Amino acid sequence: MATQTYVPISSQTLGSAAASVTFSSIPSTYTDLVLVISGRSTATAGNNNSQLILNGDNGSNYSMTRLTGDGTSPASDRVSNGFYAGWAFIENNTNSNFTPIIYHIQNYANTTTYKTVIGRGAGASNFISAAVSMWRSTAAINSIYVGNTGGNFVAGSTFTIYGIKAA
Amino acid sequence: MSPILGIYASQGKLLGSYESIATINIGTGGSSGASFTSIPQGYKHLQVRFIGKIGSATGAPSIYFNGVSSGTSYSWHEIRGDGSSVAAYSSTSAPYLSDTVSPSTVYNNSNFTAGIIDILDYSNTNKNKTLRQLVGVDNNGSGVIELFSGQYMSTSAITQLDLFNGYTWQQYTSIALYGIK
Repeated sequence: MATQTYVPISSQTLGSAAASVTFSSIPSTYTDLVLVISGRSTATAGNNNSQLILNGDNGSNYSMTRLTGDGTSPASDRVSNGFYAGWAFIENNTNSNFTPIIYHIQNYANTTTYKTVIGRGAGASNFISAAVSMWRSTAAINSIYVGNTGGNFVAGSTFTIYGIKAA
Repeated sequence: MSPILGIYASQGKLLGSYESIATINIGTGGSSGASFTSIPQGYKHLQVRFIGKIGSATGAPSIYFNGVSSGTSYSWHEIRGDGSSVAAYSSTSAPYLSDTVSPSTVYNNSNFTAGIIDILDYSNTNKNKTLRQLVGVDNNGSGVIELFSGQYMSTSAITQLDLFNGYTWQQYTSIALYGIK
């Protein structure tokens, strides 16, 4: 029988609006994590940012570099000594679109290096974004909090975390 | 220093829909390159997932296929953001795919570049081969994020994939090759 390499660890679908979802007790037996989000913010204006807080660390231990396009102009921005990772844009609630976001965390369980999160988000109405962020911790990742700067996620938003096991 | 070879480690194994083919983990002392050879042809697509660092502040990780690292068989485009500005680069008739994102641009013992490389239809002998990459590194005040696309102007099936940088891949670098059915 083929070895399972790309395995769903946990999935959450919001039955009602919620500020966040958290994946806890993430096993350390995989090589990489992939977080797949199909979400929309309840905010009614602006480009909201998705937020990842790792292992409950709410300190200024994150930093990010981002590349975006809004259909008119490309842009790049940065946050140093920030309070979360991730930073891909997420749609606001002025339309019915859900933003697909995929984050990758390679070697998430190693205890030697800082953790790098890389991902992309694409809002059908007004933007595309790619971002890389660093969590300045050598701890293995065992929990991921997913929030957004615009407030809550709408009902129907889905969040799934996968584990990938290298040979 | 000899490159480390990633050999198909499970010959004869039943192929799944997303399967690990081989992984190269760089140990103490580093390695000048990373090579996946004898890539099985039973998948539809390939994906490389890496997190790595090179031993130079100016080196650029590069990719070539089937041992072809000279001549004019490649072309590529990229767009990159450095936290304040956006730039685009390209090259035609190139000897290999040269990614200008350097894991060591922000050289630090704890910061590693992450990347995902997709190669669709790698075994098709009727098409030139294309590659796309999402790659980036952040160092709390510097860093880059990049989207990259490349072409290998050959209809040959890909049986070998090399990642090199002209310097050395540093310890704790990990490069994994997956097959997608």
